[in-house]
Amino acid sequence: MMSQTSPQQLEYNLKVVRQFAIMTVIWGIIGMAVGVFIAAQLIWPELNFDTPWLTYSRLRPLHTNAVIFAFGTSALMGTSFYIVQKTCLTPLFSNKLASFVFWGWQTVILLAVITLPLGITSSKEYAELEWPIDILIAIVWVAYLIVFFGTMVRRRTSHIYVANWFLGAFIVTVAVLHIVNSMAIPVSFTKSYSIYAGAVDAMVQWWYGHNAVGFLLTAGFLGMMYYFVPKQAERPVYSYRLSVVHFWALISLYIWAGPHHLHYTALPDWTQSLGMVMSVILFVPSWGGMINGIMTLSGAWHKLKTDPILRFLIVSLSFYGMSTFEGPMMSIKSVNALSHYTDWTIGHVHSGALGWVAMITIGALYYLFPRLYSQNGMFSTKWVNVHFWLHTIGVVLYIVALWISGVMQGLMWRATNADDGTLTFSFIESVEASYPFWFIRFVGGLFIVAGMLLMAYNCWLTIRRGNPAREFIDVKPAPAAATV
Amino acid sequence: MDYITWRIVYTVLVFVLFIGIVVWAYGKGRKSRFDEAAQSIFNEDNNTSRTETKQESNNND
Repeated sequence: MMSQTSPQQLEYNLKVVRQFAIMTVIWGIIGMAVGVFIAAQLIWPELNFDTPWLTYSRLRPLHTNAVIFAFGTSALMGTSFYIVQKTCLTPLFSNKLASFVFWGWQTVILLAVITLPLGITSSKEYAELEWPIDILIAIVWVAYLIVFFGTMVRRRTSHIYVANWFLGAFIVTVAVLHIVNSMAIPVSFTKSYSIYAGAVDAMVQWWYGHNAVGFLLTAGFLGMMYYFVPKQAERPVYSYRLSVVHFWALISLYIWAGPHHLHYTALPDWTQSLGMVMSVILFVPSWGGMINGIMTLSGAWHKLKTDPILRFLIVSLSFYGMSTFEGPMMSIKSVNALSHYTDWTIGHVHSGALGWVAMITIGALYYLFPRLYSQNGMFSTKWVNVHFWLHTIGVVLYIVALWISGVMQGLMWRATNADDGTLTFSFIESVEASYPFWFIRFVGGLFIVAGMLLMAYNCWLTIRRGNPAREFIDVKPAPAAATV
Repeated sequence: MDYITWRIVYTVLVFVLFIGIVVWAYGKGRKSRFDEAAQSIFNEDNNTSRTETKQESNNND
């Protein structure tokens, strides 16, 4: 016990990781529950109870903000603080600043929960929050950047492990995206207007929007993948070389893909075509990451039979592979002419968000919770397995239903009568035809939230059974350190 | 240099750079260093010690 207080040992900051891990579960439940609620509103519109605060238009941004920025980003912040300490063999750069990142980020989310139902919005998709909150986001994000890179600078290893490259790229790029896209002129404390206008505004918005997908929901979670998959599989990553090459390919291509959100709009045609080509090429580095993750298990496939945590991680990668095949296909202009504005897009997003992002996060959390609370495993591994099946069934119901309704909507909207060229179907007819599929989507959502609730209960019992873990890193005396 | 020419030069430069990265990553010299890096996440526990905040509660389990 005495040695812990000696100057030759430093303590890892696991407290902030615990805080983020717990909030990830809580925000996951809230964000997904709001999603199920608005899915129900599509079937039973009375569920808005005639209150403006509960209308679909206000709750939908609350859902997206809660799952992307509350659930997803809390998961990334927590795991990145864990990974960077563990792989750089050094405690966090500053515990105070890390604590500021946690409380600052939770404040941002709380403000989103308050302002979005009130209808306070900049009306930019995935960037709805108004300018005072945007400024707070920028400050918290810069603090996050300082803690992460400060820790990396103080590393006691010669090599920077690949997970940190992905996490670093995610943190830097999101800072740039957020600051550029949020440039606005305030007219009051709660209202501002973008400094960009017309097609430029649309292009900046989707340069931001698609790179939020590319860097937050992809690069960040790939960083998570490159640590937790090898650790849980107890095997080194399949090809470290591939990870280096697909990292540089991924980050240099993603930045171009935004225009595919604006096919057949006022955006110049050449920009649309460029965005399409870049999106199609993006398939290659995306699958590079997917193959690298899945093949890490090569020679140890039997572990999938017994380890539900590994199953979460590996199945998340197959969903990643699926949605990064679907995405480039949908960015092709002629395919997009059918898929755009239909449920197909929403199905695609959820195969990425619920299949890839949520499943890799859930797997990482099941890895972390026992380790953060000095336990050898979760309270119940059986429940982890039940959660896996609840989640998988939910996602499959969701995406299959929206594939069918999406293609159906696209076909109905473009159908014309042969004799006079008038539209065969009115819009409301396509809405009516979508109801059965929206119901299946709603049921899928219920499965997913049920799984998340089971996870929360399992985590709570794990926490109650254990005690907050403390880990120390042995620091070699100064002369020896010089040889590193 | 006008804008278009600059963009052409930049695009070619990035492409050449990327080919350079591929050649570098798959070069013979990298192999052992990369293997070491891939293994590094399994060495992290060697110089780590763990405790719990409430030591005494453990003895009763």
